Amino acid sequence: MSPVWTVVLVVGAVTILLKAAGPVFLGRRELPPRVLALVDVLAPAMLAALVVTQAVGGDEEIVLDERVAGVAVAGLAIVLRAPLLVVMVAAAASAAFLRLFL
Amino acid sequence: MQTSRFRDGVVAGLPLALAPLLFGAAFGVLAVDAGMGWASAVVMSATTFAGSAQFAAASILDTGGGALAAIVAALLLNARYAPLSIAVASIFPGSTRRRLLESQLIVDESWALAGRSGRFEYGILLGVGVLFWLLWVGGTALGTAVGDLFDPEAIGLDAAFPALFLALLVPYLRTRRAIAAALTAAAITIVLLPVAPAGLPIVAASLACLWGLRR
Repeated sequence: MSPVWTVVLVVGAVTILLKAAGPVFLGRRELPPRVLALVDVLAPAMLAALVVTQAVGGDEEIVLDERVAGVAVAGLAIVLRAPLLVVMVAAAASAAFLRLFL
Repeated sequence: MQTSRFRDGVVAGLPLALAPLLFGAAFGVLAVDAGMGWASAVVMSATTFAGSAQFAAASILDTGGGALAAIVAALLLNARYAPLSIAVASIFPGSTRRRLLESQLIVDESWALAGRSGRFEYGILLGVGVLFWLLWVGGTALGTAVGDLFDPEAIGLDAAFPALFLALLVPYLRTRRAIAAALTAAAITIVLLPVAPAGLPIVAASLACLWGLRR
């Protein structure tokens, strides 16, 4: 199987089981507090790692290019409480603008 | 029956309907750019139906991180669905098969809107869930169809994705442990990026969740 289909099928199957965890498998039982505590901070940890890899990641190197300016503009938009789509468009537009004129 | 609450759910989801449509399309564009092909992108939207995990998987594949890193990162992002689905477990009626099928409509938005009145409402969760699923899958198909028309770098798409992850991250930063975990994960990633093969930094960064065990 190609790597892409492996990802699609494994992630799909496990996510289906995760969403069914309560309604099908565990009912109203609760997860142990230590597991909940780990899950609680998993999302911020993974999202922070994704911000870094997507903003400055290269092929086994750190690349500082127009993406960094785009993310900085996005940060400003987030501080100004702009909606999610506006944040994304602002980042894309500023990176595209810099590429076009610099 | 719950028909009227289902309709209420669809109505409650409508003001937010642009988001799954446009994000679905954005995922389709990124997926094509990452070499996923339209069929795998649409199948992923239909089965995984969870935005941040799908974007994570596609962006890791796009940057050559490999299948294992894409799977680990996506599943760690979806781990939250275990506690979310346990919280709403009691509202799902009927047979095992029906509960398995309907529990797939649990997404952040349907979960949040269903619990708005203080107790979780089954009809609302289903209504919002069905609406979002249709728009998410349809948006993805649309995105894969037009994805080839753009040069992703010329329109700044590569800057839009870190921006998306940043915007998704900020609402989590309400507790010290979450902030510590995010900073640690970012630090691990920065240190490993120049020396480790693509994909490994993001997997290693998941160790930062050990901050959750700190009292």
